[in-house]
Order: sequence, then structure tokens, then C-alpha cells
Amino acid sequence: MALNTLPNLPDHDGFYAALLAAHKGLTAEESAALNAELILILANHIGDRAVLDAALTLAGQR
Amino acid sequence: MAYDYRPFPYAPPPGLTAPEPRHPVLIVGAGPIGLAMALELANHGVRSVVVDDNDVVSVGSRAICWSKRSLEIFARLGIAERCLEKGVTWKVGRTFHRDREVFNFDLLPEDGHRMPAFINLQQYYVEQYLAEAAIAHPLIDLRFKNRVTALSQSDHVRAEIGTPDGPYRLEAEYLLACDGARSPIRGLMGLDFKGELFEERFLIADIEMEADFPPERHFWFEPTFHPGQSALLHKQPDNIYRIDLQLGWDADPEAERQPDRVIPRIERVVGHSDFRLDWVSVYTFQCRRLDQFVHDRVIFVGDSAHVVSPFGARGGNGGMQDVDNLGWKLAAVLAGGPETLLESYDRERQHGADENIANSTRATRFMTPEDGAERVFRDAVLRLAGKAAFARAWVNSGRLSRPCTYPGLGPDADLPVGAAPGMVAPDAPVAEGWLQDQLRGWTLLAFNHDAPDVGLPVLHPTGDNARARYQGDAANALYLIRPDQVVAARWITATAAEVTTALSHHKEGRPWP
Ligand SMILES: Cc1cc2nc3c(=O)[nH]c(=O)nc-3n(C[C@H](O)[C@H](O)[C@H](O)COP(=O)(O)OP(=O)(O)OC[C@H]3O[C@@H](n4cnc5c(N)ncnc54)[C@H](O)[C@@H]3O)c2cc1C
Repeated sequence: MALNTLPNLPDHDGFYAALLAAHKGLTAEESAALNAELILILANHIGDRAVLDAALTLAGQR
Repeated sequence: MAYDYRPFPYAPPPGLTAPEPRHPVLIVGAGPIGLAMALELANHGVRSVVVDDNDVVSVGSRAICWSKRSLEIFARLGIAERCLEKGVTWKVGRTFHRDREVFNFDLLPEDGHRMPAFINLQQYYVEQYLAEAAIAHPLIDLRFKNRVTALSQSDHVRAEIGTPDGPYRLEAEYLLACDGARSPIRGLMGLDFKGELFEERFLIADIEMEADFPPERHFWFEPTFHPGQSALLHKQPDNIYRIDLQLGWDADPEAERQPDRVIPRIERVVGHSDFRLDWVSVYTFQCRRLDQFVHDRVIFVGDSAHVVSPFGARGGNGGMQDVDNLGWKLAAVLAGGPETLLESYDRERQHGADENIANSTRATRFMTPEDGAERVFRDAVLRLAGKAAFARAWVNSGRLSRPCTYPGLGPDADLPVGAAPGMVAPDAPVAEGWLQDQLRGWTLLAFNHDAPDVGLPVLHPTGDNARARYQGDAANALYLIRPDQVVAARWITATAAEVTTALSHHKEGRPWP
């Protein structure tokens, strides 16, 4: 499967708010720890190296 | 009880009084790799001279974990029985975070293998058994207190050797540099040893105590008895236990080696003071390798060619696989075979070294993450391991040594994945005993197949294990096995011409196709 970069998540505004809420009141360090766990959980759920590699590349583009 | 170090005898070599005839092979270094190399070559009928600057086995136990593949090789070298009898057999590893088990592994979950997944046996015992076998072998001339001080090569190699009675010179067709991680030969040849050093110090201690600790590998991240660091506990014979404690980069190696520092640390691990310190050392670990292992007539084998950090036991075991790979090839070249076989040693063992370095580096990084993202992700894995099953396997305290799969072997067919070209032919019980014992040269394995006559011995292994491991659901199967017990090629069915083509290809060490 290829990395899906088209709209895919219903209620993205709602998820975005939930993401910010999860970080609310955290120090920068605590936020980094939360993000790291989140990335690992999602990577395992996706379970597809090609998709993850494409995501890494996209995220790293400057 | 402490190991009884007995020096091996020194005898003035003949070269001190008169020039010696050119030898086929000069092996520099009588560590585990040099000694195993001499025995493996002798199995192929090749004579060698082995020189070592020292006259005792390894001081301190260093390598303790010997893998299934090393034991299979030891069987060919005639020391497996002694190792199995003396060693502590194990296959289960447990990893803890703080004081709670987060991950465990069983390295040999199936039956029908002659050798266990691992034994723990101090390196000095392995060296002693190898040295005794080498001394007893008529094709091996083992010389202690002989140090190589210079070398040059043309269509042969010349080495200057120092002894207690002065220097002499030796000539050989090939020189095998088995002179360890600090390899003086590498230095004399000015070769780069590239890689990375981990900025971390580890206290490695062997202690003697009476305990009923199970024969398992236990590894802790951030245990309460050694806060913020990692620790390893492993059982060896003679009531000796190996303890590794991560100390941090700032630790003073000289001070940390002193008993007044070491003893309290160990008391916290074992919970009492009823033990004796057998050996203590403080290490910094590295992963490095040479760009090439073959330099015309000088060939690097073992730690001289590549070093790894010990988490995963890939140093000595990786070196044994070099020995396995080089023995039959060098014997064939000395008998007039094509030198391309030595290129295949170089190519295949570089591949093996890269896999060992990758695994050892990942484990060491997981243990000693740099500040920043590396530590953030490491800690995230450890936290997740306590609440999500998937993360347990991500906890990396070392991925234990397994032989690599060599690329570029074949042809391949739709047969069981565990016996693909490039892999070690799996062992199995057969009517005659063990399958691997029957694999001592180029061999065909035929399952429900009349093997074509190409002048090779043919085996028809029977038994459920052999069938499951080689034939699977296929109607037939035919395997071509190399002298190092690696699967060279396999077919559902093949003609004599097809087998001959593959055989001559592999006898020249060329990648398939
Ligand atoms: C703490 C620790 C734990 C380890 N644990 C494991 C483990 O569990 N499993 C595992 O597989 N590996 C392990 N290793 C790695 C293992 O010890 C090495 O991979 C192994 O010793 C390599 O063997 P070698 O024969 O290549 O080199 P060495 O054992 O270093 O032998 C080299 C020999 O060459 C001789 N020599 C050097 N220069 C000259 C010269 N100029 N002339 C003549 N002779 C010379 C030396 O005296 C020495 O005898 C561990 C290492 C350490 C340090």
C-alpha cells in the first residue's frame, strides 16, 4: 500500500483538538515523550514498512 | 573454583637454526579463531603453522555464550562433546524494566536439533580444548611465544618472527591474520579499521558463588539495584556468574576496577556478600570492520577483521562463521582451485559482519541512547512495553547470534523458508544419527527424488523433521549443500546438467546467477 496523503480522517478538526488537549499543560519534555509513544503505537498499527518509510521521507522534506 | 592457568610449552622453532621450507599456511594468533582455523584446515587435509606471542589461554573469561552454529562447527573440530559436557545449556532470555519482566525469548522452541541454542562456557575452556586438539593433530604445528613483527608479500608471504631465542623468518603461501581486535598485522599493513566507538563504560565481572540462579539470560533496564543503568546476569560453569553493569561515560575505569568499588555494586545485584571476585574489567565497546578481509595473500579472520560490542554474542560466534566459510575455500585454492573462491569469502563474510555490526550497534544504542530523540524513543519503548504487547519485542538488550543468510546463492525453488540457499542446512534426526554429521563435503540431499548422477554423494534423509524442514508440502525436493553445510541451491526436481551448472558456478565462488 502507498502512503495516503489525501484527506482520509473524518472530523480531523476534532482529532486535532484532541491531540492538543492531550498535550495541554505538559512540559516540552513530557510532550516529546507523549509524541514518541504515539508514533510507536501508530507505526505498529500501520504495520507496513513501505508506508512508514514514505511517511518518514515526507516528514523530513524541507 | 578458579581456572588453573597452565602455560603451554615453548620449543625453539626449527627456523632458528636453518631456513624452513615454505609452508602452505601461516596462522597468526592462537585465540579461538586461529585455533579453530587450523583444525578446520586440517580437516580438509591442509597443514598449518600457528604462532602466538603468548603461551596461555585467554586471561579472564571474555566470550561466554557459544551459539548453536558454533557448536555445530565445534562438532566437526572434535571439541563439541567437551564443550557440551562442561557448559551451561540455555535458551531462554528474560528482560526486565525496573523490576518487572517486559520481554522474554526462547531461542530454540522446536525439537529435533542435536545442538542447543546456546551454551555458556568461559573462553579459556574453549581455547584450552581447541589448543589440546591442535597440539594432538599431526597437520598442525603450534608455536607459543612466537610473535610476528614484520611481513611482506609477493607470490607468497614472508614473516619475521621473534622468539625468546631470537628472531627467524617464515615463508607461507597464505598468511591468516587471526591476531585479534588490536591486530598488529592490520597495523603493519596500515589498514583502516572503520566504525564507531560507544561512549559508555561497562563493568564486566565474573564472580564465584553458590546460587540456584536458573540457566537463563537476565537483563535489566534501570533496575532498582543499579538505578538509571543496565545490568546483565548470566550463569557459567564452576559456579561462576557473569555480571555486566553499565557505568556511564564519566566513570573512571581505573577506580571502577578496584574491589572496594566493585564489591558493593555486586552486593546490590546478588543481595549478599557471599561471593568471590574471579575477574573484573572495565570496557568501552566498538563496532568496526576492515573494508576488505582479503589482501592478496594475507587474509583477516575473526576480531582482526571485525569487532562488535558483546550484546548479542556476535564476536566469537561471528568469527567461527568466518572459519567455517574460509576453510574449504582456502583448501580448494591450495589444491589448484580458482582464487575467485577467496573473493567469495570476502564478499560473504563482509555481509555477515555487516549484519553482526548492525545488530550489535542497535542493541548498544538502545542501552546507551544519546541525549535527545534517541533517549526519548528508548524510554517510550520501555514505558510502552509495560502496557502494549507489541512494544515488548522492541526492547533490545541484544539479538543473539545466528548465522546470516548469504545472498547470491541459488537457484531457489518453492520449498520451506528455513532451508533457502545461503542458509545453514538445518539439522534433523535421521536414521544414521544426525543429518549434519553426514554433511562433510559437497552433498546432494534428495527427497522423493532420484538424484541425478553428478559424481556427488547423495543422501535420502528420512524422518518427519527432515521432511518438514526440507521438503514441506512439495512433491519432491533436491538440495545441493556446500562443504560448510550451507545450502548452495535447491530444486523441486533437476537434471544432471542443471545440477552440474550450479555446482561448477559455486565451486568458483561466483554469485548466482
Ligand atoms: C567482555 C567480553 C565478552 C564477550 N562475550 C562474547 C560472547 O559471549 N560470545 C562471543 O562469541 N564473543 C564474545 N566476545 C568476543 C570474543 O572474545 C572475541 O570475538 C574473540 O576472542 C575473538 O577471537 P580471535 O581469535 O579473533 O582474537 P583473540 O582472542 O584476541 O586472539 C588473538 C590472538 O593473537 C595473538 N597475537 C596478537 N598479535 C600477535 C602477533 N604479532 N604474533 C603472534 N600472535 C599474536 C594474541 O596473543 C591472541 O592469542 C566477548 C568479548 C569481550 C571483551
